[in-house]
Amino acid sequence: MEKTIAEKIFAAHLRDTPSSTNVVLNIDVVLCHEITTPIAITDLEAKGLDRVFDPDKIKAVIDHVTPAKDSKTATQGKIMRDWARRHNIKDFFDIGSNGVCHALFPEKGFIRPGYTVIMGDSHTCTHGAFGAFAAGVGTTDLEVGILKGVCSFREPKTMKINVTGSLPDGVYAKDVILNIIKQISVNGATDMVMEFAGPVVDQMSMESRMTLCNMAIEAGGTSGICMPDRTTAEYLWPFLQDSYATVDEAIEDFRKWHSDPDADYVAELTLDVTDLKPQVTFGYKPDEVKDVTEMEGMPVDQVYIGSCTNGRIEDLREAVRILADRKIAPTVRGILSPATPAVYSKAMEEGIIKIFMDAGFCVTNPTCGACLGMSNGVLAEGEVCASTTNRNFNGRMGKGGMVHLMSPLSAAAAAVAGHITDPGKYL
Amino acid sequence: MKKFGGQPLFLDRNDINTDEIIPAKYLTENSKEALKPHILEDLHLEDFDAGKDITGKSIIVTKANFGCGSSREHAVWVFEVNDINVVIAESFARIFRQNMFNCGMLAIELPREDIDTLFTLGTDAVVRVDLEQNKIIAESSQGQKINITFELNSFDRELVQAGGWLAYADKKY
Ligand code: SF4
Repeated sequence: MEKTIAEKIFAAHLRDTPSSTNVVLNIDVVLCHEITTPIAITDLEAKGLDRVFDPDKIKAVIDHVTPAKDSKTATQGKIMRDWARRHNIKDFFDIGSNGVCHALFPEKGFIRPGYTVIMGDSHTCTHGAFGAFAAGVGTTDLEVGILKGVCSFREPKTMKINVTGSLPDGVYAKDVILNIIKQISVNGATDMVMEFAGPVVDQMSMESRMTLCNMAIEAGGTSGICMPDRTTAEYLWPFLQDSYATVDEAIEDFRKWHSDPDADYVAELTLDVTDLKPQVTFGYKPDEVKDVTEMEGMPVDQVYIGSCTNGRIEDLREAVRILADRKIAPTVRGILSPATPAVYSKAMEEGIIKIFMDAGFCVTNPTCGACLGMSNGVLAEGEVCASTTNRNFNGRMGKGGMVHLMSPLSAAAAAVAGHITDPGKYL
Repeated sequence: MKKFGGQPLFLDRNDINTDEIIPAKYLTENSKEALKPHILEDLHLEDFDAGKDITGKSIIVTKANFGCGSSREHAVWVFEVNDINVVIAESFARIFRQNMFNCGMLAIELPREDIDTLFTLGTDAVVRVDLEQNKIIAESSQGQKINITFELNSFDRELVQAGGWLAYADKKY
């Protein structure tokens, strides 16, 4: 029978079939951060189950609020730190080496084609960019993952999204995914894997594919997924050299995960991006999306560039196309949070950090920070933020604040103009 | 067997997200009990006052895509500590639905017509879930009676009976 990539990964990891529609999978990597993991740890301890199934398959980071902002967040960090030491979890990233989970873990080579990945974080779908099945889960699933290395799912149904045409200058993966969510709505992909394919995806960098897959959950998707190819193999090459003699050999091996030509999809969508304009959200739901030109002139108080959606080096490079030799509007507070230490250093080497600072941005350490309104740029009631993050829910970046999601280029344009505007004007 | 049901709380909107159910700023709490007063704190609905309207309720009836957004199980726990152990909706976001069953609680999906019927009941009705017979049995204070059959897959039912996924998995795997 012809299979999708998700079906192939499920078949290769099948542990149990507890009902005709449910499966239990073996998990290759359990990722952890300090917001959802400490409560799992303390619950396991309380139940006398303080064990881990395999310390080498658990990766942990303190990223949401770091450095700690108060005693409660300090305690969450401490619980994680003590637990990682106690169980000899070697891949634990704390201050100095920490960054936003969904940017950091891929950089370390932890996610490989064909893997199953879970994390107590809804944007775990990001890792599907590597041809993995990666799903966000709650605390109980996380506890069972840590303890037993398994997780339950319903049989995967897949929606195929074909991205065709060619991307105009100034239009990016972020604009593509915002437009897809606009078309299928916030629950258009519930219980489905969103498979991104077509010539535009084939040409995308790993960073762009991660941006696409990152927002699958905003359409309700269980995981985003892209076919592993040369781009994947080259990105992962430093970590693959023990397993393959050449990049070509890795690419050949990755083919076993590709969806078969006649695989079954529950839905298909084709999006020709040739005439796509930069996109921006206008309400409190990620499917409330318009062309940026329809929002022209909407004043912003803060511009935030960072997060697991758009805090990678490629995103920063885009923003400086506009910020170089320009100043941000005096009414705007600009915040840049490079997603990982590697992104930060690369941005320093390339002179990007200096461009941001000269333009008037404040540069923070790598952290989730303002993205979830817990630190580093919380909005006041009535304030508006142009943001490269992924969620515009009411109160997301601070009670009574408004968030407009957009690409790094559109955010940079908003910073310079002081209001939402077409980034094309500055290119 | 645990009892499921009681007085309903009607939340008349699609896409109620986990940030509205329990805002991110309370995710630094390390006990479920501490979440209790913050239930539905950021949910802005006409004629809804979280402070008053929650009292005495033990079942939520709502529309489509309930619990979308973040993976936080806090959104389930905040119901649990407020003695709400059933949510009936037209549909759920995947992670929220799984978290409910993982905690041994019920997330029941019904077609829109059935949801609309339940919405006619009034807040002083009593809505009970009969797990053995797969029925929702409701009675309004005026004596209006409603009897609706629902479907639950066998694995979800086992999770509820086992008291959640951790207890189930610890025994089985
Ligand atoms: S950057 Fe934002 S969306 Fe991404 S993991 Fe952090 S808090 Fe979640």
